[in-house]
Amino acid sequence: MKKKIGLPAFLTDRKYRSRTTSFAFVIFGWVILEIMMNTGSLSSLFTSLLVPVCCYIVAAIGLNLNVGISGELNLGQACFMSVGAFTAVCLSGSLAQTIPSPVIRLILSLFAGAFVAAVFGALIGIPVLKLEGDYLAIVTLAFGQIVKSLITNTFFGIDDAGFHFSFVENKVELMPGGKMLLNGPMGATGTERISNFTTGIILILISLLVVFHLIYSRSGRAIMAARDNRIAAESVGIGIFRTKMLSFVISSCLAGAAGALYGLNYSTLVPAKFDFNTSILLLVYVVLGGLGNMTGTIIATVVLVLLPELLRSMQDYRMLIYAIVLILIMLLTNNETVRTALQRIRRKVRGKTNG
Amino acid sequence: MDERKTPVLEVQELGIDFGGLTAVNDLSMEVYDGEIVGLIGPNGAGKTTVFNMLTKVYQPTRGTIRFLGEDTAKKNVVEMNHAGIARTFQNIRLFSGLSVADNVKTGFHGRIPYSPLTAIFRLPSYYRKEKEIDEKTKALLEIFGLSEEADNLASNLPYGAQRRLEIARALASQPRLLLLDEPAAGMNPQETEELMSMIRLVRDRFETSILLIEHDMKLVMGICERITVLNYGMMLAQGTPDEIQANPEVIKAYLGE
Repeated sequence: MKKKIGLPAFLTDRKYRSRTTSFAFVIFGWVILEIMMNTGSLSSLFTSLLVPVCCYIVAAIGLNLNVGISGELNLGQACFMSVGAFTAVCLSGSLAQTIPSPVIRLILSLFAGAFVAAVFGALIGIPVLKLEGDYLAIVTLAFGQIVKSLITNTFFGIDDAGFHFSFVENKVELMPGGKMLLNGPMGATGTERISNFTTGIILILISLLVVFHLIYSRSGRAIMAARDNRIAAESVGIGIFRTKMLSFVISSCLAGAAGALYGLNYSTLVPAKFDFNTSILLLVYVVLGGLGNMTGTIIATVVLVLLPELLRSMQDYRMLIYAIVLILIMLLTNNETVRTALQRIRRKVRGKTNG
Repeated sequence: MDERKTPVLEVQELGIDFGGLTAVNDLSMEVYDGEIVGLIGPNGAGKTTVFNMLTKVYQPTRGTIRFLGEDTAKKNVVEMNHAGIARTFQNIRLFSGLSVADNVKTGFHGRIPYSPLTAIFRLPSYYRKEKEIDEKTKALLEIFGLSEEADNLASNLPYGAQRRLEIARALASQPRLLLLDEPAAGMNPQETEELMSMIRLVRDRFETSILLIEHDMKLVMGICERITVLNYGMMLAQGTPDEIQANPEVIKAYLGE
């Protein structure tokens, strides 16, 4: 085998190259946007989109681990975002007096959101991961709806006497000075907005690190082996259920963190925000970006979140054009001629850097 | 028959029914330490079904399987691998989306374990264990002549190389008993010749017993020390290659009356 000299391993090794690309891409984007923000050349509309885009990217990276690497069609990713979001909102709301520092509260809330979502992922994973293929997809969809209904009917408040919790509206009676944190279908209101763009970028970098570290390890190989050939994977001693559970839990954990960041970015948040449409939207980001391709997922998410906003001037035709663009991109990326052309360009670029 | 050696595998009165159909019935056989045993029979005799029972892909209806002196009735597929049985498949089952090297590395899953958290936080033991896996994988690829292909996708390998890769992957889990399901299928005479010496090398170097299913009589008679013949799910004969070749029952089953 030829030994390449000169460039460090993270540039030459096939395994590390995709990782380096993703990181470079995110950091580059961050620097550009920070400069634009500081020079005031970013419209307020775009500035308001920065944090949500980060959230969708993190949730989509998690979903890509589930769909692309593990090969399970998950149609309920939004419900884990929802769990993370409302956990974070409630925690941040109840800690508002005890911990005044928003940064510490944000970090705590992010961890709490990620953790509770991971627990939900494990609980839902027990019945779901016994299924395969279409059945698994349908059951994740069902659990997504169940979680949404649960949160829509949860009433949760805090006052000097402690926490009050109910599934019936009138049952929660707070003392004067108490605060309703979760108000059924109305969701959370009056949340202090403590999310910021930098945290979003850090969260993306962390989730990329987690996913890449996992993929290039014993567990990652096991996850992909179980995807490629179940029977052969078992025959080399890989427990299918445990392996699938691992990717499912990490995926929901990332979605929870994403949701937490999302929830703390708005003063009001309704449970209906994280419905089936959001799950499908996340799946579209993943499929369009390429299964197992993290950089692709990031690009697809950015483009597809920004596109409807850019098309706002078209008014009524906005979603029509959005749909057409989506179909065109799908057709183009699956076109044999375009693919070979792209591959040729890639080979040329690679040939230059290596030679 | 062989009193000097200890049995690795003891099968007694093994049988399985699928609905009303009895696929295998009353099969008893042993594989001793370091032995190469052949399992032959006409198509549909139930040979692969026996392999699937030994690895617990199918749960036997009757009989016992003792492996290394232990009853395996409660073990599942994964636990059978951890106990020390590895196999290849008649219709090759590689991990097509993984590289050749990664295919072998999956074989170390149960042998060189570390937790997912070790991987995510890249703890020192991650680097230590991965290095060990890396080195052992390289050695295996070298033996099977796959070093050049290490970074290629497994699905891009030619047919013969895919068969060798399957054996390498199975050996990575350091089995005491290796089950080979038609290893020479689709190989030309020269490749079969190489395969025969490779199987002997595997037995000597990896200290494993081998049970193999094969239709190529030259290979079976050439390397097997004992042979079990199956027909219609029943054991027809058992013995050394010479005994089997001279057995009129076997000749009748293969050539017809």
